[in-house]
Amino acid sequence: MFSYIIRRLAVAVPTILILIVMSFMLMFAAPGGPFNSERPLSPTVMANIEARYGLDQPYWKQMFDYTVNVVTRFDFGPSFQYRDRTVNDVIAQGFPVTLKYGFWSFVVAVVFGLGLGVVAAIRHNTWLDYLAVGISIGAQVLPNFVMAPILVLVFTLWLGWLPGGGWNGGQWQYVILPVIALSTSYMASIARIMRSSMLEVMNAGFIRTARAKGLPMHRVIWKHAMKPALLPVLSYLGPAFVSMVTGSVVIDVYFSTGGIGQFFVNSAFSRDYSVIMGITILVGVLTILFNLVVDLLYAWIDPKIRY
Amino acid sequence: MSIKATLLASGAAVFIAMSGAALAATHPVTGETLAEDQTFTYRILDEFPSYDPQLAEDVSGGELIRDLFEGLMNQDAEGNLVPGVATGYTVSDDKLTYTFTLRDNAKWSNGDPVVAGDFVYAWRRAADPATASEYAWFIELMALENASAVVAGEMPTDALGVRAEDDHTLVVTLSEPLPYFAQMTTHFTTFPTHQATVEAFGDQWTRPENIVSNGAYVLTEHIPAERSVRERNPMYWDNENTIIEKVVALVINDENQALTRYLAGELDRTEVPAGQYPRLHEEYPTEALSFPLLCSYYFNVNLTDSGPEALRDVRVRQALSLAIDRDVIVENVLAGGQVPAYTLTHWATAGFEVPQVAAATMTQEERNAAAQALLAEAGFGTGGAPLSLEILYNTSEAHQKIAVAIGQMWKTTLGVETTLANQEWQTFLDARGNQNYELARAGWCGDYNEASTFLDIVSTNSGYNDSKFSNADFDALMAQAKTSDDPLPLYTQAEQIIATELPVLPIYHYASVYMLNDAIKNWPVNNVQQNWYARDLYKVAE
Repeated sequence: MFSYIIRRLAVAVPTILILIVMSFMLMFAAPGGPFNSERPLSPTVMANIEARYGLDQPYWKQMFDYTVNVVTRFDFGPSFQYRDRTVNDVIAQGFPVTLKYGFWSFVVAVVFGLGLGVVAAIRHNTWLDYLAVGISIGAQVLPNFVMAPILVLVFTLWLGWLPGGGWNGGQWQYVILPVIALSTSYMASIARIMRSSMLEVMNAGFIRTARAKGLPMHRVIWKHAMKPALLPVLSYLGPAFVSMVTGSVVIDVYFSTGGIGQFFVNSAFSRDYSVIMGITILVGVLTILFNLVVDLLYAWIDPKIRY
Repeated sequence: MSIKATLLASGAAVFIAMSGAALAATHPVTGETLAEDQTFTYRILDEFPSYDPQLAEDVSGGELIRDLFEGLMNQDAEGNLVPGVATGYTVSDDKLTYTFTLRDNAKWSNGDPVVAGDFVYAWRRAADPATASEYAWFIELMALENASAVVAGEMPTDALGVRAEDDHTLVVTLSEPLPYFAQMTTHFTTFPTHQATVEAFGDQWTRPENIVSNGAYVLTEHIPAERSVRERNPMYWDNENTIIEKVVALVINDENQALTRYLAGELDRTEVPAGQYPRLHEEYPTEALSFPLLCSYYFNVNLTDSGPEALRDVRVRQALSLAIDRDVIVENVLAGGQVPAYTLTHWATAGFEVPQVAAATMTQEERNAAAQALLAEAGFGTGGAPLSLEILYNTSEAHQKIAVAIGQMWKTTLGVETTLANQEWQTFLDARGNQNYELARAGWCGDYNEASTFLDIVSTNSGYNDSKFSNADFDALMAQAKTSDDPLPLYTQAEQIIATELPVLPIYHYASVYMLNDAIKNWPVNNVQQNWYARDLYKVAE
């Protein structure tokens, strides 16, 4: 097991390096630059600015210096767009925000998604099944950019219960609407995967055996059916968790949370190279990490898997 | 005044002061009852790139910096110059030397006096290549002596035409007379900065915990992309006349979301999304406001070899311009009090009268007929060679609507086919700046309130001349206007050249369209640059 983890981490290093190179290439391929504006700068001013940020160096050197700084000093450089902040500052401010609403969205999506999926499967073809499937299809077809304005309209303008946006240090009132808007479609996916995998497991021989020997239904489900039914869900949860905690631009834009998803997209538009790189690397590292976590969980759940 | 009268008067003053404390506060001039909570909350579209006066580059960043810092001169509610840190200025006979007298009671938020040296430091800093400011061009625009050489790094920063004669006298030397020079000192690039603070904290000096500023407010909280809060600065020289205690700017990217939050009472001000003004104005007549804003909307026409040959034929450009029904654009598409444009300079520009160009005086039927005739003469359109053009715009629903409408007008009136292309901002700027387009959407806002800020766009050597128009007569007129005592006739002639040659197709003049809480008073609706200062506002009790 331990050597497996070491091996996986060793593979992660070249993966991240390839990610850096690819992102750099894509960035430089995009037309425009961080300091293009409607009012073109005089060549001298442009030269001054490029010298300040090292953009006058050849691409390979910029990429090399950048990688060395990241690896040796964990320094992602200054933001090109926000002069008083470094990329580390941007991440330190935005990541805790998305981590908070992303984590709670994950909890909500998993709890309700699994619940709906299990209920639908064990009450297959009853009204409960139809209701659960109806809810999850409804949640799936309502994308969050439709959901977010509707939530604000209902809970802020009509009912006046919750603030329509902002973060305010993560006070609970400000977290609820982002969590609802972000979690619903994940919840729906989890419910669908759980329902079909549960249905399959419930028809398996070992479940029939368990029921035949007279075990009560709840024990059959919790003790025997749950673990194998979770496997397909689990492979979905790893990437889903990463994409939730690294934020959604829709949530950040509609709820003005100041989270990192917004910086990711805005920095791409404004060609804030260092912020694009910083967040790409963050997402890359998290993705690798949580895929590893999922694989380890597999081994724990499924005795057939051994590393 | 006798002693007795003085005593009576001071007694009355004490009485007034005491009753003021007991009852709700009233406005010292108008007597209106003031709201207990003097907080002004407004929406901004996006996070500002910088709070540093010499580095800031955007309009909404400017709003914040005008509250945090104060320059030599300010604007009043009409946009007229009023004293700021300077109590006034004198101009030499050759119009090349400006001497500003600074007030002796201006202070930084840490208690230090604001001196002429702070301005010298700031202006040199803006021009210094080491600062690498994207607004260094503004120092060049101000025509300060040696500005271009300093910005280019060919001369040391102390060669710049600004010096402190003593702590309260600032002397500015220009390389050429500039009739609107004093106007330019209301721009944030010219605001003073506190040298010790900048040097102590480097790039991070603008953070709330470090910043030292000299305006009516100080920055107390800044959460990037979420909110920024500024509060009354007790050290400000005119602090006793400030009424608004706290100003909160909330970043809300989506304008419809911002409108919902405004209606829920979370905001005191937000922009009205395009096309929604008539409905909102009917529902909230005292809150939905529209007033002129010093920006013009037009299409660039690619006049270089990379553009279609047809566009280099002036008759085609005239036909295209005539066939645009601008009334439909402003009344049906935008519907927010914008004004049709047949000339480039915004109609509300100070000292400017919109020249009567031929197209403006016709009816749309006459324009359409003339357009058809011109296009036929050029050999295109119905009966001639087919003409197909591409309109490029930066991705936005409003720009798209306008491009669709104009494309439709050209098709029905002229038989000209159009395709639409949208690109995100940076790609768009790159394409337009390199003449990689046929027709491209453009908008320009005045840097100062004078017609040349618009007309300069189409001068041959202007960096913003994306049409690549070059006309010797036009350039001569603009050069002459710089030193003229009465440039208006020259600007009128320049506009006539634009109206005939059409290097750009003017479409409309902007308006500011806001929802503004009716408890907020004294908003400068007549300031066409919309340079507002929170210390001039107040909130009445509802």
